[in-house]
Amino acid sequence: MTAPNDRKNDGGVPVPVTPAGATSGAPAELPPSSPAGQGMFGMQGSGDVSGYGGLVRRRTPIEEAPRPYGGYFDEVRDALEEAYPHFADAIEKVVVDRGELTLHVRPERIAEVCQVMRDDLALRFELCSSVSGVDYLGADERRLHVVYLLTSMTYRRRVRLEAAVSVEDPHLPSVTAVYPTADWQEREAYDMFGVVFDGHPNLTRILMPDDWEGHPQRKDYPLGGVPVEYKGAEIPPPDRRRSYQ
Amino acid sequence: MTTSNYAAERETTEGRVFTVTGGDWDQVVSGTDPINDERIVVNMGPQHPSTHGVLRLILELEGETVREARSVVGYLHTGIEKNLEYRNWVQGSTFVTRMDYLAPIFNETAYSLAVEKLLGITDDITERATTIRVLMMELNRISSHLVWLATTGMELGAISIMLYGFREREYILDIFETITGLRMNHAYVRPGGVAQDVPDAAIVKIRDFLTMMPKKLKEYEDLLSGQPIWTERTQGVAVLDATACLALGVTGPVLRSAGLGWDLRKTMPYCGYESYEFDVPTHPDGDVWGRYLVRLAEIRESLKLVEQALDRLQPGPVMVADRKIAWPAQLAIGVDGMGNSLEHVAKIMGQSMESLIHHFKLVTEGFRVPPGQVYVGIESPRGELGVHAVSDGGTRPYRVHYREPSFVNLQALPAMAEGGLIADVIAGGASLDPVMGGCDR
Repeated sequence: MTAPNDRKNDGGVPVPVTPAGATSGAPAELPPSSPAGQGMFGMQGSGDVSGYGGLVRRRTPIEEAPRPYGGYFDEVRDALEEAYPHFADAIEKVVVDRGELTLHVRPERIAEVCQVMRDDLALRFELCSSVSGVDYLGADERRLHVVYLLTSMTYRRRVRLEAAVSVEDPHLPSVTAVYPTADWQEREAYDMFGVVFDGHPNLTRILMPDDWEGHPQRKDYPLGGVPVEYKGAEIPPPDRRRSYQ
Repeated sequence: MTTSNYAAERETTEGRVFTVTGGDWDQVVSGTDPINDERIVVNMGPQHPSTHGVLRLILELEGETVREARSVVGYLHTGIEKNLEYRNWVQGSTFVTRMDYLAPIFNETAYSLAVEKLLGITDDITERATTIRVLMMELNRISSHLVWLATTGMELGAISIMLYGFREREYILDIFETITGLRMNHAYVRPGGVAQDVPDAAIVKIRDFLTMMPKKLKEYEDLLSGQPIWTERTQGVAVLDATACLALGVTGPVLRSAGLGWDLRKTMPYCGYESYEFDVPTHPDGDVWGRYLVRLAEIRESLKLVEQALDRLQPGPVMVADRKIAWPAQLAIGVDGMGNSLEHVAKIMGQSMESLIHHFKLVTEGFRVPPGQVYVGIESPRGELGVHAVSDGGTRPYRVHYREPSFVNLQALPAMAEGGLIADVIAGGASLDPVMGGCDR
């Protein structure tokens, strides 16, 4: 980077230093790529692109709901408490928010709880509608949450079960023996979050290619993430493209 | 003279290979393994005209009988759920509409209902916006079922129905274009209401459609229902009973064709469906034939719903009154599609600085959504379409997960196909109506 200053200066007129990269069309020295989880557009910190980058996100703690919950929620809780002897040990928290009941379950108990939820006559959650993952990075020590949404067709009720595991020990029992429909959805949660469902018949990647590295939906996995090769040229991932930095 | 002179054999990775020189067929035949050689593995897809998009099936065949079937998905994975986390809540509509491209209005409505539930404004959505949503969803259900009928017909050898189905679907897409500006990928239903009002021209078109469609449905039935090839290919094929459906999480027309009348519009109503008059068609057999009848009957029910929704349309706003959430501009359809109306642009650029600031903040930053999580399930043409949305209090979704009926229902394919004929794999797979854009997201 010495070329501009070495230019012969005949008339004694100061010549401004040309910014690096301005003449050749080559990129100026790129700043180090933003660390994972810092958002797009090269923003550091909040990832806020509105022009004001000082916004701090508040993490509200999840609070246990007081009894009575209202609606059918009390019945569901009481029925589960009666039918499941390890209730006190298995259920960490009961949350009622926006008209939805969430039972936070200890991960090692999730399959048992599902079994009771399905088979008990007062509960009868026949259908496991949805299994998905959420990564609460920075908000929870056991940051990987697996969320099960059970539907009772008999009573027309819905209940959410939530089990939290840590990245270091991302194991919890598979519920495929109780709800075979969880098969692909657990594979998706494994693929996207790296949660390992013990006892799953075939826990492989489902949406990403088999040889993919990393779990894309984790919060510390950047958007795009990998360079794309197109006709021999390599296009960097979005967060490392020059126009965004 | 030794054997090897005539049929030299050697071991390769593919198995034993004989080099035949003639006159020794007994030895050649005795060298094969009739037990193990009869099973062959066939890769169907990922690019196969009969598999509805890029779905790959691995079939283990014994003659024409399928012994094992495994489906491989993910070829159309586009990371929409991840992308949503990097855009504001309103921009999400533009992403989710591209998931299940045959039912875009359902993706948008489910997403909007979830965001509204997070915001706590479910009750503030105007009557007109809700009615328009119902109207659009039911039209979309008809168009989706028409594509199902068209493609399934084609896959089972009925080319005419393919042309008929796409012809009538085109009419619905035309209506959508009049209302939203786009044939597909509308981003029309948005958190807080819908993007803009329904023009009068569209109402006329829908009325025309309502008078035309029953005759067309009669045509389809005349063409297919009594047709011996159609009945042979569908009756008793790919049977899945209600128990299997529940275990595998299969919902929608496939579950209803197994005799269980589970329809979220009736059982867990949303968008005011409880106040509409319609039936939930079922069929006892749980075969492809039943699914065909159920879908045709659902088109008729949807026509009834569209008519009722049209009658209910009263003038009024189509967006919530809350200016902190509602899109600042009344959008209008121009020659180049949908955009901000000219009056609005004139106002913010020429008259009101505050309006410009307000517009800028809402459009670039978006509104904030209180932290929490919700699940909203609606009845899409393929079954329960669920949205699990999580907010951390910011202007962008923390996590949005789609419970896609195509994805969940496809798990039932091995149960339908194994033990049947290879030709019935096509019929069974088509009867699930998987849309890979939705399945892989």
